[in-house]
Amino acid sequence: MAARAIWKGVLRFGKTKLPVKLYSAVQDHTIHFRLLHKTDNAPVKQQMVDPETGEPVDFKDARKAFPVMRNRMVLIEKEELEKLEPKESRDIEIKRFVDPADIDHRWYERAYYLGPDGDSAAYFALAAALKKKNREAVARWVMRKKDYVGALHEHEGYLALIVLRYAEEVVDASALPRPEGRPLQKKEIEMGEQLVAALAGKFDPSQFRDAYRDRVMDLIRTKERGGKVKVKTFRPKKTDDSALAGALAASLTGLRRKSA
Amino acid sequence: MPDDEDVEESESPSGRPFWSGAITFGLVNVPVAIYPANRSRTVSMRMVDDEGTPLQRRYVCSKDGKVLDWDDIVRGYEVKPGKFVVVTDEELEAIEPRKSRDIDLQLFVGLEEIDPMFFVRAYFLAPAGGTTKAYRLLAEVMERTGRAGIATFVMRAKEYVVAIIAEKGILRAETLRFEDEIRKAEDIGLTKPAKVSPAAVNKFATEIASHTGKVNFREFFDEYAERLESLAKKKEARGQDVVKARASSASESAEPAGEVVDILDVLRKSLGGGVAKKPARKAPARAAKKAAKKESGRPARK
Repeated sequence: MAARAIWKGVLRFGKTKLPVKLYSAVQDHTIHFRLLHKTDNAPVKQQMVDPETGEPVDFKDARKAFPVMRNRMVLIEKEELEKLEPKESRDIEIKRFVDPADIDHRWYERAYYLGPDGDSAAYFALAAALKKKNREAVARWVMRKKDYVGALHEHEGYLALIVLRYAEEVVDASALPRPEGRPLQKKEIEMGEQLVAALAGKFDPSQFRDAYRDRVMDLIRTKERGGKVKVKTFRPKKTDDSALAGALAASLTGLRRKSA
Repeated sequence: MPDDEDVEESESPSGRPFWSGAITFGLVNVPVAIYPANRSRTVSMRMVDDEGTPLQRRYVCSKDGKVLDWDDIVRGYEVKPGKFVVVTDEELEAIEPRKSRDIDLQLFVGLEEIDPMFFVRAYFLAPAGGTTKAYRLLAEVMERTGRAGIATFVMRAKEYVVAIIAEKGILRAETLRFEDEIRKAEDIGLTKPAKVSPAAVNKFATEIASHTGKVNFREFFDEYAERLESLAKKKEARGQDVVKARASSASESAEPAGEVVDILDVLRKSLGGGVAKKPARKAPARAAKKAAKKESGRPARK
């Protein structure tokens, strides 16, 4: 079943103009719950409320304010906000081609496929060229009145565009201190490394299935039929530093036995 | 009682961890507390009335119009239009895997093996449970071997697969999508990659080479937020539409505490036992933004 394109744009760099269609690469399978009022099971809705009177206020009567200081705000009119919106454009402007290693996974937010919009020969040639040169591109575009930064890369012969987070969205932890404590012993580090080696493998996403999702759906179906479900509570485990070496050794023994 | 949306947007305003559990690899148990490593993109506006009284975004019953507190709200799944099955937190927890707080570290891989399409969001893992030894050991051996750990766990009614990454002695978890959440190009109906002419590829390759450079992601800031802030400052300087933000006692009791805690300060405390290496970075603008977000409870701009 073919998916519908969510947007059309034009990749631009140098003299190149390549029309493309944008498709979501992600399909959400999360089970979505609705929030309900406990006493009558009616769905809740969001509403603005005056905190002093407790009275609901219509969204159209509410105004937006930008806090400039702790106790000062500036009211911003709807028309003023509209003027701040980025200019509509079809351009996906490529700023630069970069080494893929320069784009840290921390920036990745959401993936889209690009499909050719007309010139498919040029589309596939660009994908092939990105692969050949081992390059990704950093791009900026405006989609539905919002600015985006993204990484254009080759994915199995196609072009993909991954939305990147803005700088202020990523908490920079480089200034954080290392956790402190008594130095690790050489023997513990060695055993730890052996454990990592014993558990080393290739990442195969097909190994991981959201089994919990299935259990939640089963629970819902059971309750729908009026069935009973059991409930238990969680108790945390105690841990002990002196037991670390023993646990490492026992893990390694266990793994060796398994692979023997 | 948070729903999925709240889980994803929470910035742990109280400074409490978002969730805690234990990484298990082999028989080794590493207790950790989880803190979000991504901030919301929400533009920091508050909803107010004409006099500048901050309004609250609250849930109201669609039937009787009552303004509801969290305690009045339950979670339901719509099995048929208009028919809901109520599911409690306890029930969801009861069907979690037996060792329900375990972050089950199953294998170690090269980080570069994971396709960029899989990454969702990042969390910091701080040592918990009063001990740092196993934590430091795991971070140390992961850095030495240059490997990332792949782990699964269930957090607040959702199963996650994560890549655990060690950097400068600190562990981070990047949540990954499940394979069935990533579409294949065929699913979308894209035509199979066609044979391309070497000449066309070379033409692009030349252009790519001439436009290649380095990137500094700190350049990529939210321009809209910048424009908004500068407009507000301009209006303030002119004394136009400036209102006093009246703090109301009612708003404080019903919304998460007004005190805003910088996530880095919280982490610093849990990592170093409260001794900060550097003085805490002051970020009044950010604090104000976060406060505004909490106040208005606006959902993040997606």
